[in-house]
Amino acid sequence: MSKKVIATASLAGCFGCHMSILDIDERIIDLVELVEFNKSPVDDIKKFTKRVDVGIIEGGCCNSENVENLRYFRENCDILISLGECAIMGGLPALRNGIPIKECLEEAYLDGPTVGLNSEKIIPNDPELPMILDKVYPCHEVVKVDYYLPGCPPRADLIWDALVALLTGSEMDLPYEVIKFD
Amino acid sequence: MKEKILEIISNYKKDKTRLMDILHDIQGVAGYVDEEAIELLHKELGISTSEVREVISFYHFYSSEPKGKVNIYLNDSITAVMHGREAVLEAFEKECDVKEGSVSEDGEFGLYHTSCIGMNDQEPAAIINGKMFTRLTPYRVKEIVKDLKNGKDIKELIYEGDGGGRNALPEIHSMVCNNIRRRGALLTHDYTPFDVTSNILGKSSPEDIISVVEESNIRGRGGAGFPTGMKWKFGRKAKGEHHVVICNADEGEPGTFKDRVLLTEFPELVFEGMVIAGYAVGADIGLLYLRYEYKYLLKYLNGVLEEMRSKNVLGNNINGIEGFNFDIRIQLGAGAYICGEESALIESLEGKRGEPRDKPPFPVEKGYMNYPTVVNNVETLASIPKILTKGADWFLGLGDKASSGTKVLSISGDCNYPGIYEVEWGTTIKDILDMSGAQNVQAIQVAGPSGALIGEKDFGRTISYSDLPTGGSMIVFNKQRDILRDVVMNFMNFFIEESCGSCSTCRNMTTVLKERFVKILDGKGVASDIDDLLNWSDVLKVSRCGLGQTAANPITTSVTNFRHLYENLIQKDVEFDSGFDLEESVKESCAAVGRQPILHNM
Repeated sequence: MSKKVIATASLAGCFGCHMSILDIDERIIDLVELVEFNKSPVDDIKKFTKRVDVGIIEGGCCNSENVENLRYFRENCDILISLGECAIMGGLPALRNGIPIKECLEEAYLDGPTVGLNSEKIIPNDPELPMILDKVYPCHEVVKVDYYLPGCPPRADLIWDALVALLTGSEMDLPYEVIKFD
Repeated sequence: MKEKILEIISNYKKDKTRLMDILHDIQGVAGYVDEEAIELLHKELGISTSEVREVISFYHFYSSEPKGKVNIYLNDSITAVMHGREAVLEAFEKECDVKEGSVSEDGEFGLYHTSCIGMNDQEPAAIINGKMFTRLTPYRVKEIVKDLKNGKDIKELIYEGDGGGRNALPEIHSMVCNNIRRRGALLTHDYTPFDVTSNILGKSSPEDIISVVEESNIRGRGGAGFPTGMKWKFGRKAKGEHHVVICNADEGEPGTFKDRVLLTEFPELVFEGMVIAGYAVGADIGLLYLRYEYKYLLKYLNGVLEEMRSKNVLGNNINGIEGFNFDIRIQLGAGAYICGEESALIESLEGKRGEPRDKPPFPVEKGYMNYPTVVNNVETLASIPKILTKGADWFLGLGDKASSGTKVLSISGDCNYPGIYEVEWGTTIKDILDMSGAQNVQAIQVAGPSGALIGEKDFGRTISYSDLPTGGSMIVFNKQRDILRDVVMNFMNFFIEESCGSCSTCRNMTTVLKERFVKILDGKGVASDIDDLLNWSDVLKVSRCGLGQTAANPITTSVTNFRHLYENLIQKDVEFDSGFDLEESVKESCAAVGRQPILHNM
């Protein structure tokens, strides 16, 4: 059996979900037997080099680069998983969603208590910078998402069980504790 | 101002449960409730400032911000829109130089939207400084604003003449029309006020009264249809220091206006119904919760109560019946649809936010001030004196098997003769449409937004508790109407506006559903979006009260009965479309930082 190919990305997230992937501890050795990693911060592959079976997305979309990246994943992955609160719901970054973007930027760069070094009083506007979206979007509001793994971060065991289930085609056990409200 | 506010508070004996009245009175002298007033209320009533603020912010007609000297509340219900609301709004905005939702710069005019004000048969209508103005046109708006600017008194502004019937009485003096198009058992003038109190009550025990009401099989007319006799029995049985009878006149279901007409033309029937209920239940406290929109009836209704007191139909030892003490107070609401839900109404009566209570306990066990409380609709109570005079068998002879008696319908929309129609239960929709002169009908909203949107295939069905139950609202839409864009959208906005926000399902899911609905309207929908609408609507059923549980009905009933309208809008051969538009979503931030969006290769 050829190894399944996995890719991962962290969009508007904190990398906590990626840390949780690493939390599968020594099972990562078993995982390497089962899969190979393609585009991912884990191996620092920047561009897809082949078709990917499972794409794992941490974080939602807060800027145009996130959208671009997410669409790139969707095009290249057979299955796409939203991993964790931010990818599924927008998470902490989405706290800005109730505030007009202009106010957010002004607070961050002009009016806030930590803007002393911004002597020119400008909001960064270099064309190289990604463009900020009007609000933070969960991944499924941008592209089609096949599976959701909840948690902040999702527990390593949950990630492990989900990957094993996906890769072996077996049913996943989702006890109440995993999906309950809080 | 401080002295005035203190005086108002002491007028109500510093009773925090009278906060609704206190706030109305403060607004009456100050225009709005400012910080100073909030502080005073906190100190004098012994409640926190946030408790005061949460009440002010809950109700549409209270404000902690300055309002205009003249405040215009323009109804935004669907019938108003169908009859030219947009042009009327534009006229107000132009003549008063103010945008909807704000106060003009000179502080003269405040212009606001408001949910259905019970004038669906004479739209567009607005409440201007508490006075009702109906059948508005841009021409009339110009005239009204000109007169107001010239300092004319609001009472002199009615050129249309009074609306006839008791609307002509000096205590009401309103241009509102009754439009009674069809009278049945209830609306026929064959009733001598307070006959039952003087001839029947003394000779019958409370149990006798309850058993006649039970035999008549009358069910609650507000919409839920709970058997009235059973409710009274429970209320009588429940133990408490006091017992309470409440008349629910918070008629807020868009398209319903029959209680307004009953209260205008037959208040004696309604109040005597309350007295009888009081006798049967063993109550000493009577309360009528009148929606703020009907404030123009308040003085008149209080006059009727005075008359009843002078005749000893209210008061102590009523009509010589030893120990039967019962009086009625009218409590004015302040603009909240949810207060039509009985436990929310009770909260409001206690001077709080109108948030529904968890049930059980039901109001019949623990209601107003935790006393056993019977809450009945205006129409239900008005039926009681006639049932007692003519007998349960007479009542059972009307209507159909599941539903005895008659129903007073409020019919509006695309029909030649909008107004009040009293018909027997069991009448078909088709017959009702014919009566009201409705032609070219595409759809009817039965029982308001929380009811059902039905199409031609259902016109043979009947209004009945076993078929199409209704609290009385019927809105007709002809074939020119855009059912989804205009009707369903209006109703969804209504529920979003009126949700009390207590349950997260109702607070959030209404908006989530609307977003998905708008996506379909924008041509970005796919087939699965229609199913999502239906599936997600189920979530709302776990809400605490009827508002939340029925808030998806405009969507679910339109998907069920008019699915083709949705299917015409969705993209063919596209399996998935999130509806996300990158260009649109970066516009705001690019404008804010002053850069051009770069969208190539995306």
